[in-house]
Amino acid sequence: MNGRERVLSVRRLRVWYGTDRGPVRAVDDVSFDIHQGETLGLVGESGCGKSTLGRGILGLLPEGTATGGEVLFRGTDLVGLPRRTLRAMRGPEIGMIFQEPMTRLDPLMRISEHFAEALRTHEPDLSDAEVRSRSIEALAGMGIPATRFRQYPHEFSGGMRQRIMIALALVLRPKVVIADEPTTALDVLVEAQILSILADLKANFDTALLLVTHNLGIVAESCDRVAVMYAGKLVEEGPARDVFVRPAHPYTRELLRSVISLRTTGLQYIPGAPPDLTDPPPACRFHPRCPDAMQVCATKWPIEQRVYDDQRVLCWLHGPASEIPPGGTEPLVREEIAVAEEA
Amino acid sequence: MSSPDTTLERGAAASRDDTPLLEVRDLKTHFPLRGTFLQRVLGRETGSVKAVDGVSFELRRGEVLGLVGESGSGKTTLGRTILRLADPTSGSILVDGGDVAGLSEHDFRPYRRRIQMVFQDPHASLNPAMDLLTAIGHPLKIHGLATTQDAVREAVASALERVGLTPVELFLRKYPSDLSGGQKQRAVIARAIILGPDLLIADEPVSMLDMSVRAKILELMLELKDELDLTYLYITHDLATAKFLCDRVAIMYLGRIVEVGPTAEIFANPRHPYTVALLRAVPDPDPERHVPRDVPRGEVPDAVSPPLGCSFHPRCPRAFEVCGWESRDLKELLETRAAGLDTDARPSGIGDLSRLGEPSRSAIIPPERGHDPSEVVETLSRIRSATPEEPLWTGVRRMRALAEGVGVEFHEPIDPTLLPEGPVAVACHLYDARALETARRAAAESDEISEPR
Amino acid sequence: MDTKQVGPRQIPSSGVEMPRGVSALRRMFAPVAQARGVPRAIVVIGTAITLFFIVLAVFAPVISPYDFNQYRTAEGERFVKQQAPSAEHPFGTNVMTTDVMARVIYGSRTALQVVLLALAFSLAIGLSLGLVSGYFRGWLDRVLVLVMDSLIAFPYLLIAIVVAFLLSQTFGRGVVTAALAISATYTPFYFRVVRNHVISIREEAYVEAARALGARPRTVIGRYVLQNVIQNVPVIATLNAADAILTLAALGFLGYGIQPTEAAEWGYDIQRAIADAGSGIWWTGLYPGLAIVLLVTGLSLLGEGLNDVLNPVIRRRPIRRVELPPLDGEPQT
Repeated sequence: MNGRERVLSVRRLRVWYGTDRGPVRAVDDVSFDIHQGETLGLVGESGCGKSTLGRGILGLLPEGTATGGEVLFRGTDLVGLPRRTLRAMRGPEIGMIFQEPMTRLDPLMRISEHFAEALRTHEPDLSDAEVRSRSIEALAGMGIPATRFRQYPHEFSGGMRQRIMIALALVLRPKVVIADEPTTALDVLVEAQILSILADLKANFDTALLLVTHNLGIVAESCDRVAVMYAGKLVEEGPARDVFVRPAHPYTRELLRSVISLRTTGLQYIPGAPPDLTDPPPACRFHPRCPDAMQVCATKWPIEQRVYDDQRVLCWLHGPASEIPPGGTEPLVREEIAVAEEA
Repeated sequence: MSSPDTTLERGAAASRDDTPLLEVRDLKTHFPLRGTFLQRVLGRETGSVKAVDGVSFELRRGEVLGLVGESGSGKTTLGRTILRLADPTSGSILVDGGDVAGLSEHDFRPYRRRIQMVFQDPHASLNPAMDLLTAIGHPLKIHGLATTQDAVREAVASALERVGLTPVELFLRKYPSDLSGGQKQRAVIARAIILGPDLLIADEPVSMLDMSVRAKILELMLELKDELDLTYLYITHDLATAKFLCDRVAIMYLGRIVEVGPTAEIFANPRHPYTVALLRAVPDPDPERHVPRDVPRGEVPDAVSPPLGCSFHPRCPRAFEVCGWESRDLKELLETRAAGLDTDARPSGIGDLSRLGEPSRSAIIPPERGHDPSEVVETLSRIRSATPEEPLWTGVRRMRALAEGVGVEFHEPIDPTLLPEGPVAVACHLYDARALETARRAAAESDEISEPR
Repeated sequence: MDTKQVGPRQIPSSGVEMPRGVSALRRMFAPVAQARGVPRAIVVIGTAITLFFIVLAVFAPVISPYDFNQYRTAEGERFVKQQAPSAEHPFGTNVMTTDVMARVIYGSRTALQVVLLALAFSLAIGLSLGLVSGYFRGWLDRVLVLVMDSLIAFPYLLIAIVVAFLLSQTFGRGVVTAALAISATYTPFYFRVVRNHVISIREEAYVEAARALGARPRTVIGRYVLQNVIQNVPVIATLNAADAILTLAALGFLGYGIQPTEAAEWGYDIQRAIADAGSGIWWTGLYPGLAIVLLVTGLSLLGEGLNDVLNPVIRRRPIRRVELPPLDGEPQT
């Protein structure tokens, strides 16, 4: 994707929540870029911080959350923007598609009213006829007939509601769309339909898409690049094809092995459970569960490295050797993970 | 955790090994709709949701049978009906040869020791007000299998160990809110096995868990199957786990089984177009794969008023004459796929299509107000020549211009039934010689009588 | 933690086993201890006021200098009628030459007796009917809902008066009658709240799981549904108690309450005090009135405060501000 405009640049983003037991480091120093027309898949298990990251970019975080770092959207830093400005950007500039379409549409408003509200808020000069025709066009693109334009959300099925949500996000023609688990609640055929629609997005409108999900299968099929999150950190990032074929980080590798697909012949899993984000392990956060852990992994923070062609990884296995103290490459000795800590 | 009673029963049952442990025959579960007040007063038909609409299968001891389907397929209702959490409308459920479908709750209760269920949402299936000792020990108390607190404690501890929730003393006192998703599901499994059941109905046991945790729970289920001599009915929408876990798989669509057979055969050689579509749509972390482009259109239809003939025909790329074409398919074609971008989204000249919403073998397409039926004819032929591969046209028996519009008549629909096809059974006309023959004759006939175009 | 296998026969009973009820109560009220800020303050103040009145009620004979009906001193000397507040009578005396303060203190005993009884009746009937109605549905549910909704539609005071009147024919006008009259007004309310909660709970997976285990309906209701419905009860009960005090006072005010010779009652006293107001006698009305206001406020604060703290829907997680440490404290990208 060299040479294409960078639409979204996240630099050293941190999002921490406050709780009784201390701050939860949901997103802890994450950086990546998304270019025009590119789809970046953000994967991780539950609790790794990926949803928080998606919302953090849009500023949709609860009270008391601290955000640090930069989120550059076409040059403007979104972190620290006044709420009003941010609100104005949500929609026409950055669109969002949520996980549960049933709960995101107002049951008391017709679909036509949803569109009218979206369009009028951000483009108040449109005439009624234009609002109507743009809405119907967006819906038609999703395969929803215009005869259903004035129906209520409950009259649609789950898959159609998600398509309505996508249409709503797209009618304003944003440059970037952030999709947070858009197909998790949907059946596999409907999921395939939605993914196909999202792929068309890229082709027809050159929209950049950040797809947040735990489903590695859909990332492999529909994303150009993938970023893997673990315990609030980005442990690996690169072109999807490369990362899946030659994962640089042990977590990525183990995660791929644990996925059950049609080709699975034996069950694999990662022992232990993801760490508590209020008190993550020191240095590399994966070291208690990593089959390749070395002495240095428990004592020194790994330094981000560029490996292979275009991959970034946060792991001592890739050096730099100069930073590893003598004896640091010896395998790490750990206690057996107590069964009580198994997920 | 086996009391002397259960061991005896199981031993006795094992000797009758040729009877399937569970057999379901033409089971139907319909949920009546309330309808309007007037309808109820006048005693009119109010319609019902035909969640399970004629399902038959056998489950042998020690087998793992997968029920695979999307939402609306009726798989969950089927599981619940077998457990009598929903009442069957008709049909029989045979446990070791004895029909339990008509039994009262009181008479069915002893069977609950033999058939247990693992539910989908681990966060919701444990009582938040009970700690694990109480929750897992409760089945013993309900069935009077353990009378002293110590006996209960012993049995629960044993169950907790089996499912891997150790050290046991730590978990006995924990409440569900203290546990992770995987641990909760283990607790649910412990509760299900403590009575020493023969059959475990597992309804999406891992779909709400993370990828890595899924493997652990599935492995646990396999271990328990061997250790405790269990038989599983595995209900899921996830073909990948079904392929891994099951000996046989039954694919369900809108309340019926459309294909059933040994796992290897179904996955290597899917016959029903729905099965084919499902398999192609399963995401796979193989970057060589791309998003499947020819996903069947539309969605699972309404179970209250299913499509005529084969329920899958509106979405099937290979449907033909006898698959059940009706007015609603025509309506959908005209509204969604052939529409231009008129704000009214109907191809020019065509009037109000709402009458076509009533399922029927024939339909009249009215012209728009002030327009001539010949315009409708014109539009229809335009659409037909633009989309000749559209399967709906094979179903058209005759199209005539009438005074009120264009009359379209479809071929007689045939309801598919599960027929053996080699090692599997399929409910699809593509594999039914008689249906194919009827279709051939119908096609020839319609060529003769349709208006020359 | 020891991860070795422990054989089934070696599980020791843990030392002291908490009786299940107590530990369940502790869990239920645990959030109260964790509350901070305004909700906590509300609960504390409400509890303090309520406790104050409870103490008054329980220890009335000890605290009060006189009996509520006493119109002369121990020596036999009659009190002065309508005497202004003084050393012997800190709240003054009223037209019946009884001491106002004594009547206020004993009045709190009456109020609490009546309210507790009323609560008990309402809960017993409303809770059980609500459970059965919500769980079994069907025609029973429809009939009960119809009846209860009609009762709710009536002005509550009207119901209380009618019931009090009818019962007084047979049972006289004592504490029990008043309690029954008041519970008649609140039972439909309990019924409705419990029934609605039961309806939503019975669809939950764990209730269905209980049925799948083979639990009989009464077990399902008792162990699975009730335990979760009961979470709501403390809040409703407290708020109801506040309302009940007012209803009791209203009954007393209108003359349908408790026989004045049987017990002291604030509402009755206030009604008597109306005549005094014209003559500038303020103490006969003010103190009973203040008592009512205070107790009702205390109970309301307690109820609302408990609701804020216990209700998982509106409970506010304490917001902790977080300070991000400077990034370069951790040497990594």
